[in-house]
Amino acid sequence: MSQTDFHYQKKELPANLTKFSLVVLAIGVVLSLIAFFVDRERALFSYLVTYMMIVSIAVGSLFIVALEYIAGADWSTPIRRIPEFFSRLLPLLFILVIPLLVFNHDLFHWAHKEAVAEDKILQGKAPYLNITFFVIRTFVFIGLWSLFYWVLIRNSRKQDTTKDQNLTTKNIRLSAIFILVFAISITFTAIDFMMSLEPHWFSTIYGVYFFSGIVVAALAAITLAVIMLKERGYFSPWMTDDHLFSLGALIFAFINFWAYIAFSQYLLIWYADLPEETFWFLTRWNGNWAYLSILLIIVQFLVPYFALLTQPSKKDPKRLKFISIWLLFAHFIDLFWLIMPNMNSMKDGYVFSWIDFVFPIAGVGLIILVFIISYKKDNLLPIGDPKLKRGMDFHL
Amino acid sequence: MNNDKNLYCIAATFNTPDEIINAAKKVSGAGYTHFDVNTPYPVHGMDDAMKLKPSKLGFVTLVMGLAGASIALLFMYWSLSIDYPLVIGGKPYFALPAFIPVTFEMTVLLATVSTVVAMIMLFFQLPNNKHPLHDTKYMKSVSHDKYGILIETNDDKFDEKEVENFLKNLKPLNIEYIYYPPEETYSIFQPKFLLLLAGIALVVSGGTYFSLNKLMFMTPFNWMMDQAKLIPQKGSELFEDGFGMRKPVTGTVARGFVPYPYKGQVNPTEVLANPFLPTKENIALGKAKYDIYCSPCHGYFADGDSRLRGQFPNPPTLHSQRARDFSDGMFYHIITNGQNIMPSYESQITRDERWAIVNYIRVLQRAKNASDADLTEMNKEAGSNVAN
Repeated sequence: MSQTDFHYQKKELPANLTKFSLVVLAIGVVLSLIAFFVDRERALFSYLVTYMMIVSIAVGSLFIVALEYIAGADWSTPIRRIPEFFSRLLPLLFILVIPLLVFNHDLFHWAHKEAVAEDKILQGKAPYLNITFFVIRTFVFIGLWSLFYWVLIRNSRKQDTTKDQNLTTKNIRLSAIFILVFAISITFTAIDFMMSLEPHWFSTIYGVYFFSGIVVAALAAITLAVIMLKERGYFSPWMTDDHLFSLGALIFAFINFWAYIAFSQYLLIWYADLPEETFWFLTRWNGNWAYLSILLIIVQFLVPYFALLTQPSKKDPKRLKFISIWLLFAHFIDLFWLIMPNMNSMKDGYVFSWIDFVFPIAGVGLIILVFIISYKKDNLLPIGDPKLKRGMDFHL
Repeated sequence: MNNDKNLYCIAATFNTPDEIINAAKKVSGAGYTHFDVNTPYPVHGMDDAMKLKPSKLGFVTLVMGLAGASIALLFMYWSLSIDYPLVIGGKPYFALPAFIPVTFEMTVLLATVSTVVAMIMLFFQLPNNKHPLHDTKYMKSVSHDKYGILIETNDDKFDEKEVENFLKNLKPLNIEYIYYPPEETYSIFQPKFLLLLAGIALVVSGGTYFSLNKLMFMTPFNWMMDQAKLIPQKGSELFEDGFGMRKPVTGTVARGFVPYPYKGQVNPTEVLANPFLPTKENIALGKAKYDIYCSPCHGYFADGDSRLRGQFPNPPTLHSQRARDFSDGMFYHIITNGQNIMPSYESQITRDERWAIVNYIRVLQRAKNASDADLTEMNKEAGSNVAN
């Protein structure tokens, strides 16, 4: 085909994008710091939502990279750099997580010694839910993610110059190990940072629930970046509808997966009707939380489901772009719904505060900035990858 | 050329997928519409090369999926909420979350099965096994390692010489003329075939009978049935008296239980007075319990029109003069003690609920046998409501 003579020429990102991201990040950080001094508890909970959002996109992206290696997918090879860029956020988590660890007393009920002393259930959970183990776990998981990020992406970058096919084989093996590490670490991260906010409650499917949201968010972020770059000609001339269709189909699949898992969790708790389980959902049915609960179903499942149901809609860049932004919002709402009702002051309903809106601003700025920095250091296409040509010639 | 046969198409075979894509582009570009491509595996980009319209199969899937969803939902709604309402696990009659898994399964089942069936029946026209391509050299090679294209005679532009030249210009491996096969006549009812059918029927029915009626009762297949455990209403060697079920220790009383001293008597020897006033709440409680326990036989309005009509002797109406003259205590006694064929409800309905039911029966009797005085009173109330 005509792409055989394709030569990669690096095309820089527009300069004002860096400025834009820096400005957004600066505004976000300043507002966040103000928020932190105005109402520390509220700010911490809000920050936790944004932190989990960044974790979702960062770990989810590395998962997509690993998935491509394991599945031996061709079509996504030319766009693999996008998730690689996003996963550069992983080492940053070492810094980002610190406020949550330092002020754990504001976030976690189980961190209150006097509460544990008179609570049989919390005493039983204390061997797992204690600050020392919690901090160790957190750093071990972030360390593992960063390690795999570093090895996988280093191999991928090395291949650009050496064109060594063995690096692909190596990455396939590493990816297989990473998927296992990912499954375990993401489950415990979900339990530690979100489920343990309500330490009396438990749901065995919680980790899978978080996983399904992660993949949707990561895919949405990747698709958004791909389409924004494609619109500006970064992926011409080889990118076809079939690449977009594959992304859209993956998103569609994982929207369904999310709904399936979310419903599974709800159905079992609803059916068993045990007070020690149902109160978690009842909290989310208190006051105006009920609107958010219903909105979540509509926003994260019904609307994107029907928007992406037909084949042409998955190939339509405009619609995909819109749905990607939509799904990033949806995952944010999902995390918000999981985390915020655990605040003691908001058990009976959502109380509006400007604080909830400042952390996402900083988050968006940070993600774009990290993306730009990664882009500057790297090629947009993995030019040494043996699957690249097949990926560019991909047809359904 | 064989002129006494009907020509179906002219076919050409190629060696590589690139050639066949090129050929398909040329043929569709030349304006032929009734042509087809046969390859050993799906060749990417063929739909575009052949200028095929998107498949209509998706609509079958959509329609049948929606049909599956609505059939499942409607059936569960009708059976569990209307025809035979049962309270299961304290959930409402129309318990949507519990219905969703079944709805989902039915949607997927109907959508996938009908898609496959539609594909086979509508698009492959399966029961018809006399396609002209059958048993041709062309079919043998394209289902193995060659790539074939054919132009059918029913194409508007079809002209034998022209098509042959056109295909020759594409430099194929070879060109083949494919004819409609001669009509064959089959006779289904041959003795051999009938004998085979009978044999199969005998083996299947015999096997089914044996496995369901004999095999399941042989060791070890009967292990599931004969478990070493206590079974309600069954004897047991574990206890001295040989009973599987235990009696409560003598003198013990269940929580909330109040002994009824007139048990077994036709009439209570004392007059029992209803301790509850017919308040709105009490009557509502009575109605709820009446609808659950009494209405299956006595009917929702105590007319004796049982929902179990015919399967059970109907109880008399509670609107007879005799029943209306019963004291509250008499009703209470009958519910507690049972009467004629009606069993005792002492163990199922609590004492307070029994009194509430009596209050509700009074409401039904009053409503069914309203007097003129009642009507004027009601009108007065309605009038005063309007005035207010």
